[in-house]
Amino acid sequence: MSFPSTLTEAMSPTAEPKGDLWAKLSEVDRSMKVLGVFFIVCGLLWLMLGTVFALVASIKFHNVDFLGDSEFWTWGRVRSAHLNAMIYGWAFNASFAVAPWIMARLCRTRVRFTNIFLFGGIFWNIGVAIGVYGILAGHKVGVEWLEFPAYVTPIIAIAFAFIGVWVILLFRWRQTGHVYVSQWYFLAAFFWLPWLYAMAQIMIVFEPARGVVQALTNWWFAHNVLGLWLTPIAVGAAYYLIPKVLGRPIYSYYLSVIGFWALALFYNWAGVHHLIGGPVPAWVISAGTVASVMMVIPVIVVAINHHMTVVGLHREGWASPTIRFVVFGAINYTAVSLLGSAMALRSVNEITHFTHFTVGHAHHGVYSFFTMIMFGGIYYMLPRLLKREWPSAMLISVHWWTTAVGVTLMVVVLSIGGFVQGMQLNAIDPETETAAFEFMEVMRNMIPYTVMRSMTGVLITIGHVAFFINIVWMLLQRAAKGSDSKPTLLTPGA
Amino acid sequence: MRSLPLLFLGVFFTIASSWVGIVLVSNIQLGGLEPATPELTDAEGNPIAGVFFEDPETGEMRLGLNQEGVEAWPVQLVGAAQRGKRVYEQMGCLYCHSQQVRRQGFGSDFERGWGERQSVARDYIHQERVMLGTMRTGPDLANVGLRYSELWQHQHLFNPQITSPGSIMPRYAFLYEVREISESRGPSPNAIEIPGDFHPGPGELEVIPTQRARDLVAYLMNLRQDYDLPEMRREQ
Repeated sequence: MSFPSTLTEAMSPTAEPKGDLWAKLSEVDRSMKVLGVFFIVCGLLWLMLGTVFALVASIKFHNVDFLGDSEFWTWGRVRSAHLNAMIYGWAFNASFAVAPWIMARLCRTRVRFTNIFLFGGIFWNIGVAIGVYGILAGHKVGVEWLEFPAYVTPIIAIAFAFIGVWVILLFRWRQTGHVYVSQWYFLAAFFWLPWLYAMAQIMIVFEPARGVVQALTNWWFAHNVLGLWLTPIAVGAAYYLIPKVLGRPIYSYYLSVIGFWALALFYNWAGVHHLIGGPVPAWVISAGTVASVMMVIPVIVVAINHHMTVVGLHREGWASPTIRFVVFGAINYTAVSLLGSAMALRSVNEITHFTHFTVGHAHHGVYSFFTMIMFGGIYYMLPRLLKREWPSAMLISVHWWTTAVGVTLMVVVLSIGGFVQGMQLNAIDPETETAAFEFMEVMRNMIPYTVMRSMTGVLITIGHVAFFINIVWMLLQRAAKGSDSKPTLLTPGA
Repeated sequence: MRSLPLLFLGVFFTIASSWVGIVLVSNIQLGGLEPATPELTDAEGNPIAGVFFEDPETGEMRLGLNQEGVEAWPVQLVGAAQRGKRVYEQMGCLYCHSQQVRRQGFGSDFERGWGERQSVARDYIHQERVMLGTMRTGPDLANVGLRYSELWQHQHLFNPQITSPGSIMPRYAFLYEVREISESRGPSPNAIEIPGDFHPGPGELEVIPTQRARDLVAYLMNLRQDYDLPEMRREQ
């Protein structure tokens, strides 16, 4: 057995001798098969349902009469159903599929007690289903990102407790001495989320804190679901997938340490920038703004680390569906975070706050960054779980182009629209000292942008349908004969 | 990284820092806010500017006291208005309408007539659910109770095109009952006047607000931050 020559190599998931590693990983994959497929399928179903809600909500922005007489489908509920189905349905299921699987592979261990995890997963999805129905039925809680009716909270909490405990146990059983950077991110995320959720539920829903302390807790929670759950899951997955697929160790161990601790230190303070200008103490806003700007450090560090790992291997990367999606996500992590830091500045926020710009930014983060990395993770993971390849490279190609182009256009449209909206809302006629644009005029001026947003949404929907067909096709397919099956790669032109 | 205890401690202390900083400290600062009279007084009953006064004996800064015999604000919502808040929440109004007036010079909230003063933390102390909002697809509602009549609110909810042509607000016609005018009793006194083009059947049908519509309008009519608070007097 040859020993890795550098610390960096030792940390890398590609470092161990091939034969031995393959045997171990193959065993991990076998033991994770049911779990992985369960969470991917659940996530996929939520993704499709969330897409339907998204289209309905988007169309209502320019066609108010669309489903206009239905209380169940009224805009204020469909919007929340979309957000919650996408976050707690799609994003969490995707996280539960990808992160523990990578964790198990990095721990090189035999996976045990999978029933605990499965049990938690089933409960989780029952909770989300009741919650989404409760929102549409009118039992929602009027707090952004916490809309599930209060009776769903115990189900979600118990489900996550099972899942979280199992992931920690998995880590305890690890057989390797080194703890790879992805594992830090996953462990931290599985520790942070229950704290966030418990505090938010207690201080907002069950024992409401006084006045605007609720709003501060709300944005501490909501922004941290992104910053301390989705971000570490996706960044951790990218740290695993990029070196793994390209067969090259991560560029710098030391940069990954700085990136991790800077994220842990700064991200959790950033959320209150959603309340700039609001009735909260100025010092909280200043602290949030400082933390938001400090996020530049971990973002740049991670960007350098990922970029230097990929550099020179673009041709190989382009052929791999996994790398296409993951690198797209990683690039957008840099872009969305730097934009977010800029948006936290009071002078910029004065324009972008209360507009479509923020909506575009949210999709930039959750879709262009997080969701695309999860797509990449699933493209890598599912063939290894099922021991068969993706049936159609063409469908992968459709999925890639529609989602990558669609979400990029959506973010651009919403950012331009939101900027125009913010400028027009704030404009003051110097002579009369009144608003330069009537409110209705600003509202009307936004309609072309919301029409374009719906069109980009249709494009993304096509991609999701392609993804759905490919997965269902793959699940229904028979196992590949022999061991000569080749990975489904994309041709340079596709 | 080999030192797992260090990892766990770091992970714990980072989140603990923001929880203490953002949530706990602001709760210490704001959690004790009570309704206040427009002007506060020192221990001897002399009016003070702002919220704090200096104790002449110890030199400490102390919170001012409410004036006696003067109404303290804000007041709690009761009855229909309180129930209406729940309807506001269920319909998801907060995703398009904020309830916070920003200071003059930051945005155009004053120029749009959304408020005469900036919203402050004390305005929200009675609210079990604070819905400051993060989007202004529609106008700010912090003072909407001062701007329109009940009839306007009902017409606007029944079909926003009646009062605001071109609006993209959804109609909440499902909060209203459209029924035949009773032949024996004649038109109901509760019926909402709906202009001809939008009326489902003038002369034969009438539009009656359900309990939820009346509650929601009662809530909207109670949205106002026009009282003075001592925070406003800081600069005098």
